[in-house]
Amino acid sequence: MSLIELKNVTKVYRTGEVPVTALKEINLEIGKRAFVSFIGPSGSGKTTLLNLMGVLDKPTEGKLLINDVNIGLLDRAEAAEFRANTLGFVFQNFNLIPVLTVYENVEYPLLLVKRLPAKERRDRILSLLEKVGMIDHKDKYPNQISGGQKQRVAVARALVTNPQLVLADEPTANLDHATAFKVIAIMHEMQRELGTTFIFSTHDPKIVGEAEILYTLEDGALVNQEITKRN
Amino acid sequence: MRNLMKIAVRNLFRYKRRTLLTSSLIAFGVILVIVFGGLAISFKTQMIGTLTNTALGDLQIHRKGYVESIDNQPLNLILTGRRLSEVEGALKQNPSVAAYSPRIKFGAMISNYAQTSNIRLSAVYPEMENKTCPGLVGRIKGTITDPDQFIRPGELLVPDNLMKGLGLKVGDEIVLVATNKDGSVNGIPVRIGAVIESVLGPGGKDGYMHIDDAKTLLRMDEAEIVEVAVHLKDFDRLGAVSLELKKTMVTPESDLEVHTWEQLSPFASIARIVDLLILVVKFILISIVMVSILNIMTMSVYERIGEIGTIAAIGTRPSRILSMFLMEGFAMGLMSTVVGLVVGLGLLWLMNLAPIDFTFGMMQVSLAPRIPEGEVILVTVIVMLVSIFASLQPAYKASKMEPVDALGHV
Repeated sequence: MSLIELKNVTKVYRTGEVPVTALKEINLEIGKRAFVSFIGPSGSGKTTLLNLMGVLDKPTEGKLLINDVNIGLLDRAEAAEFRANTLGFVFQNFNLIPVLTVYENVEYPLLLVKRLPAKERRDRILSLLEKVGMIDHKDKYPNQISGGQKQRVAVARALVTNPQLVLADEPTANLDHATAFKVIAIMHEMQRELGTTFIFSTHDPKIVGEAEILYTLEDGALVNQEITKRN
Repeated sequence: MRNLMKIAVRNLFRYKRRTLLTSSLIAFGVILVIVFGGLAISFKTQMIGTLTNTALGDLQIHRKGYVESIDNQPLNLILTGRRLSEVEGALKQNPSVAAYSPRIKFGAMISNYAQTSNIRLSAVYPEMENKTCPGLVGRIKGTITDPDQFIRPGELLVPDNLMKGLGLKVGDEIVLVATNKDGSVNGIPVRIGAVIESVLGPGGKDGYMHIDDAKTLLRMDEAEIVEVAVHLKDFDRLGAVSLELKKTMVTPESDLEVHTWEQLSPFASIARIVDLLILVVKFILISIVMVSILNIMTMSVYERIGEIGTIAAIGTRPSRILSMFLMEGFAMGLMSTVVGLVVGLGLLWLMNLAPIDFTFGMMQVSLAPRIPEGEVILVTVIVMLVSIFASLQPAYKASKMEPVDALGHV
């Protein structure tokens, strides 16, 4: 059964009077527990597609279903609720909250979005920090840890609400090669262990090989789908 | 709520210098209100206390029309017989009334046999007057052994400037000449018992005599009272007691009026100006809080657009984002208010250690400022509400940001 289904999805932006087509009639399905990557040059539509699948934006035309929910029909509050319950995000620039410690950054979605008993909340956070190897740094602030460590924290934060889907837009772009591999490895491990679907965009050819399914975008169109060796 | 507050405080201290500067400004506004309010309220309270405790009483009862023609001191609008008994009965039955004093007020000529001047006289029963205006004795120069007998029959208390003007001294005999309500002129010799300081400063011509002497001078068979001054147990209940007395006394048949001190003294205007000044200072505080919080919160929202995008992306509802920023403004206001109150109340405490003494008219005023709890609560509520109100627009802007645009903001 598909987790995500895109049917003729088109996204057009208006820059002044000029319409810019970012995505053209995309059709694809992504199943549960998948580890998927979108590749393509800058401006190919990767971020736009991830924004749509992340319920941060709506298609201009076509239908986008996640768990059979047509996300184009959700209002702002419903979209927020949907993101809180179904999705996790890992950003290129980590986007950790600077005034919160590592532990508090991971705790943040639980405090703001989900209500859990304090003990269950604490156990879940510590377990995830353990899994991503950041338990010893839990009391540090983001400016006291490295880029790779920040991205591990971001992965833990994305997973703390037990989402079905984690979207990562260029998660390794600001990391050195070795660290990038470690982060992808952690994501992969979480996918296997927790059954979470991971979708990430990248233009790093070495990272690309880590995906199970690889989609290639060019000028807003889906030009290739490849099942890699890992699948 | 606790978590929102924790995050709000941390966000505020992300920019320490800016937060401390803004907080200091708001705290300064709070200090201004507390200290100025404390001094002004203390001055007003002391002045009102002096007026009501040494001259006017807290409220007065007259025949209808008396206050309108008070400058002429008419002797035909009087309370006698049954009407006076009813007034006294109502006052005795009212549990809020501590004491009352019937008075005859009239104008007379005072002569030292060589020179003559005019004087306004209050003829009183000294015991009742002392209980109604307990501060009156303090205005009398010299030693008073029995305050309940501060004036004796045959004696006159003369204001200082008349004493000087007529070259009189205590113990001198003078003649008082007055016209009664029938137009008959009479004169009696009296002795100057003491000098009384005027409550309203130079130019005061108010003297006191025993009511029995006034009856003789004005050829009255019984005391024809023109004014009943009333002293209340709790001055703060003035409005309520005034209403109660009006309900029980003022009927079309009774032909009576009840007036509070405010309706009788020109100082009420000064008291209103003091209140107005306090209000102006509060408006200054509101402006300071409004501009400061609006400024800091607007900057905060613009600096954290990417962060707003992040928290929106992870599923924070717009209403929650609104609450977060409102809480930040509230925390700023709360923090500043606490600092302002501590410093402001501390300054008042220090001023109480060394009270400020000065003369207002002829009154010696000793300012020992204190601010009522209600004012402190009001200032706190004002700052809190204005803080939230000022944060509303930036917070609303933050909550309305599209996460995809906010995340893409550089």
